[in-house]
Amino acid sequence: MAKTVVEPVRWLLFSAGGMLAAMLVPGLLLLFGIAFPLGWLDPPDREHLLAVLDNPITRLVLLALCVLALFHWAQRFRYTLIDGLQLKRHSDIINFVCYGLATVGSLVAANVLLRTL
Amino acid sequence: MTEKVEYGEFYARWYKPRVSRLWWLRRRSYLVFVVRELSSVFVAWFVVFLLLLVRAVSQGEREYQRFRDLSANPWMLALNVITLFFVVFHTVTWFDAAPQAIVVRLRGRRVPARLILLLHYAAWILLTGITAWIVLD
Repeated sequence: MAKTVVEPVRWLLFSAGGMLAAMLVPGLLLLFGIAFPLGWLDPPDREHLLAVLDNPITRLVLLALCVLALFHWAQRFRYTLIDGLQLKRHSDIINFVCYGLATVGSLVAANVLLRTL
Repeated sequence: MTEKVEYGEFYARWYKPRVSRLWWLRRRSYLVFVVRELSSVFVAWFVVFLLLLVRAVSQGEREYQRFRDLSANPWMLALNVITLFFVVFHTVTWFDAAPQAIVVRLRGRRVPARLILLLHYAAWILLTGITAWIVLD
């Protein structure tokens, strides 16, 4: 496919994912990954989280975060492999694997977040 | 037009410098660059963690309890502490780059880089506060 068409889209997804992840991930991870398990804060009960997830806006925001963050990862990680490990010869397969994984992950995210919407 | 090229002793070969696979260990700034790029792996791990949480919550009380047990596992806690370091590193470096990427002009004047940086941090604090407010009930 024409590189001039695909390349801007890749960078757009990369930027959008980077921005959303920068804004939302540290807070969510601090709460669910560290503060609740360590007992710094009382974890919310399931009913409350279900009510939060019942709101379509929550699900759409989380889906956008998941999909864009995965495409952000794909763009960064392929360059880490290609430049970092000097694997330019294999860039086609690296691109295929990175973007393939991001696509599969996005479908899983859509399945988890939209199934019961 | 096929011309046979004779490779003589003084033939100028293509200059291809050999770069070591560990080139990024040579300088601090190179290392910081690679650490920043690798932060994306931890962003991706967070997506997995988040989806496990959402799935557990939607499946039932027992699954949610199992997710909480899993996240209290020392290995999982250690992984998430490392992940927190990387994602905060991602946020800080992302915001640092933002004033260079975002050029805003107001009444013909460029909005100062510091103001753009400040607005990003303000948005981060605000959104984190809203997240905590929603999650914590």
